Amino acid sequence: MSDIGQARKALTARVLEGDGKASPAQRRAAFNNTGLAGPSGNLADKVARYAHAVSDEDIEAVKASGLSEDQIFEIVVCAALGQAMRQHESALAALTAATRKG
Amino acid sequence: MRLAIFDSGQSFGTKILFALIRMMSGHPALDILKLVRYRPDFYGRPMQVVTQEAMRGPSVWSVGDRELMAAFVSKANQSEWCAKAHAAVAEGAYRDGKKVSAVLSDLETSPIEEPLRATLRMLYKLTRENAVVAGDMRAVLAAGVSRQQIEDALAVCFSFNVTNRLADAFGFVVPGPEAFEAGAKYLLARGYR
Repeated sequence: MSDIGQARKALTARVLEGDGKASPAQRRAAFNNTGLAGPSGNLADKVARYAHAVSDEDIEAVKASGLSEDQIFEIVVCAALGQAMRQHESALAALTAATRKG
Repeated sequence: MRLAIFDSGQSFGTKILFALIRMMSGHPALDILKLVRYRPDFYGRPMQVVTQEAMRGPSVWSVGDRELMAAFVSKANQSEWCAKAHAAVAEGAYRDGKKVSAVLSDLETSPIEEPLRATLRMLYKLTRENAVVAGDMRAVLAAGVSRQQIEDALAVCFSFNVTNRLADAFGFVVPGPEAFEAGAKYLLARGYR
């Protein structure tokens, strides 16, 4: 597959560094699943590690903490993307190690 | 869906599109469309480029193989919406519903070739444990899968590890099978653009 690596980089750059309603620091923290406090941090962690368990209450708690729906949208996207990127990088490293000569 | 913006915040053009979809198909637009069309410059458009390449770009894996990988990864993530949606696409691509059901029920006894089985095994571990090691990759290579094929499979896995999380976090509503079949026909005809 050609250029898909570039497309993934463009996606990550847009989400983390482009215009948004959540601050770049909040988005980066959600992406890394570290440094977000309170209900936002709980939500980002759940999205990263067991998204199937995210509940209406989790979303409502973040709204009650003061974030807008647009900010929640961005934080959830960042958390999902960050976890998938870490998995992908682990796999590529394993593939490189497996195909290393010598 | 859990955020009202996916309905109320859509552009006028998207609202018209969704009305047309409902009128022509008899079904509301699937929630995945609401996600990718909301503020598409932020997520939907750049993600569609990634997913289109992963699922329909040049690869030794067939479209059916890649849709099966998507359904399998989705099942591993316990993402009901995505598993059902992509099982429907895989069934359409293979024209073989039994094969898809067999893989999703029990990979080890399913009637598929060993390269695909070994690849799915690796994708399952990566999805459930968030990491794989060189030994896992050597097992896939030993089953006759090329390095490029592994990279292509990982590209599918990436797209669905993102999409599964969003479907579940945003609370995609699981429609009936007819809606997924209609969606499958669309994806097989048009892809992810």
